[in-house]
Amino acid sequence: MSEIIQREAAPSEAPSSPPEVWHDFVLDVRELSVYYGDFQAVRDVDLAIRRNEVTALIGPSGCGKSTVLRCFNRMNDLIESARVEGSITYHGVDLYGPDVDPVEVRRHIGMVFQKPNPFPKSIYDNIAFGPRIAGFDGDMDLLVEESLTKAALWGEVKDKLDQSAYALSGGQQQRLCIARAIATNPDVLLMDEPASALDPIATLRIEELMAELKQDYTIVVVTHNMQQAARVSDRTAFFTVDVRENGQRTGVLVEFNDTSTIFTNPREQRTEDYITGRFG
Amino acid sequence: MATTLTTSDLVRQSLTSRKTDRLGTLLAVALLVSLFCVLGLLVTLIASIVAQGWGTLADRGLEFVQGALNPEPARAGVYQGIIGSVLLMVIVVLVAFPLGIGAAVYLEEYARDSKITRALTANIRNLAGVPSIVFGLLGLAVFVKLLSGLTGGRTVIAGGLTLAVLVLPIMIITASEALRAVPTSIREAAYGVGATRWEVVRHHVLPVAAPAIFTGAVLTIARAFGESAPLLLAGAIVGNFLSNGTMSTWQVVTEGNYTALPIIVFNWARQPQQEFRAITAAAIIVLLVLLFIVNAGAILLRDRFEKRAIRG
Repeated sequence: MSEIIQREAAPSEAPSSPPEVWHDFVLDVRELSVYYGDFQAVRDVDLAIRRNEVTALIGPSGCGKSTVLRCFNRMNDLIESARVEGSITYHGVDLYGPDVDPVEVRRHIGMVFQKPNPFPKSIYDNIAFGPRIAGFDGDMDLLVEESLTKAALWGEVKDKLDQSAYALSGGQQQRLCIARAIATNPDVLLMDEPASALDPIATLRIEELMAELKQDYTIVVVTHNMQQAARVSDRTAFFTVDVRENGQRTGVLVEFNDTSTIFTNPREQRTEDYITGRFG
Repeated sequence: MATTLTTSDLVRQSLTSRKTDRLGTLLAVALLVSLFCVLGLLVTLIASIVAQGWGTLADRGLEFVQGALNPEPARAGVYQGIIGSVLLMVIVVLVAFPLGIGAAVYLEEYARDSKITRALTANIRNLAGVPSIVFGLLGLAVFVKLLSGLTGGRTVIAGGLTLAVLVLPIMIITASEALRAVPTSIREAAYGVGATRWEVVRHHVLPVAAPAIFTGAVLTIARAFGESAPLLLAGAIVGNFLSNGTMSTWQVVTEGNYTALPIIVFNWARQPQQEFRAITAAAIIVLLVLLFIVNAGAILLRDRFEKRAIRG
């Protein structure tokens, strides 16, 4: 039905920005394919994630955007049948190289999940766990406060740090998860639909938070919500489902560009159909 | 008449029409009856035992509990049985808990989902259904004969190990199920902040699964507590245990004979004299009370675990 869409690396399409050099790419994805057993979930994805930007991955259900995101911190390693082809380099280092320890990768590339998933422990211990196992020997109280402050949660929880994280509201729990992710001082933050389980007000807070956090971190966010992608991201990658004649459904990257271009002047008809709601 | 029905009338009709759900009612009654059947059996059993045994306990009280075995029913006590049973439980706890939980953690958290793993799991489930007398034979062959250098032959250690092996499959199964019930999201969260597999298991999976594992463990203890068949084969006898004043406690455990409450019950129940009926029932009451104490203690402990798991 459709052939693979080739696309240019983003730099040449952004005349206003200075010439890009390779090391500005925090993550460089080349011809990434992911399989679950015999099933090919994602085919030939090329992406470049830049430092201190928010990159949004959008697309319909089953298009493989979460799968791609989970390759970035080797979360797919936890699924036995998952297999990755192609390459992902992180600051020039092959993330799937033979010497690379996935545990170390996850300390550099933190993750926030779709459903808030705090540990069934105190608020304090939720934050302190990551640094503790990483061998952090500084002032833990200070680190907890800093992390919660960055996640815009400190004011709400500073008097109940020893209470269970389960007592917080959904939005607070998700900000706690963000605080937990940044407590290990990662370089990249992966967010897998971080606001999809939250109400609009909590969603707004998460979005504001992302805008602030990109000063310090490189953020990749998967979202179902196109307005959210338009609001928070600098660049957007649009994925879709490619259905072969034999009925096999594989996720493919259709278009990757500046968010403003994707939303105002997409080059691909499929992108335009999706963002204008004529998809399917 | 009734030409115009308002919307509200129609709604009222459809909401209030009460069809008789005959099948549902029948089912509810059947369920209730089965509940009463079970309860009735249990109450009858306990009532008849208490009726038979109460006299002995009321008359002799502590003397029965603290008294030694004696061929004379009027003077026989169950003290050695209590000590034997408690020692057996200690060995079961020390052996079966770590082994069972360890095996379950390996199967659930470490082992890849291969044919071998699945075959192993299926076999463990089958083992749980093997009659206890077969485990008794195993205990006799392995712990009493083969490893007599280690266990001292027909000692409480051999008996305890036999019971531990008997409950091991149940222990593994319940612990596995408890581990499987831990939400994946917690594991992902821990991996996500850079935890190793062991850190995930140690800090997050086990604490969350602990209450359920504990519940399973309590059930397995109760099972082991009441077993008599495997112990008969693995060397438990009636008499002698603790009665030889020249032996130290350690010697009694490692070299001496042993007995247990179910063995005493079994033995007394076979005696022809009428007097043994009453003390058999009394021994059963002691056994039940001990079981009750073990269970109650375990539940208290589990509640503390649960609170800790949630509070952090």
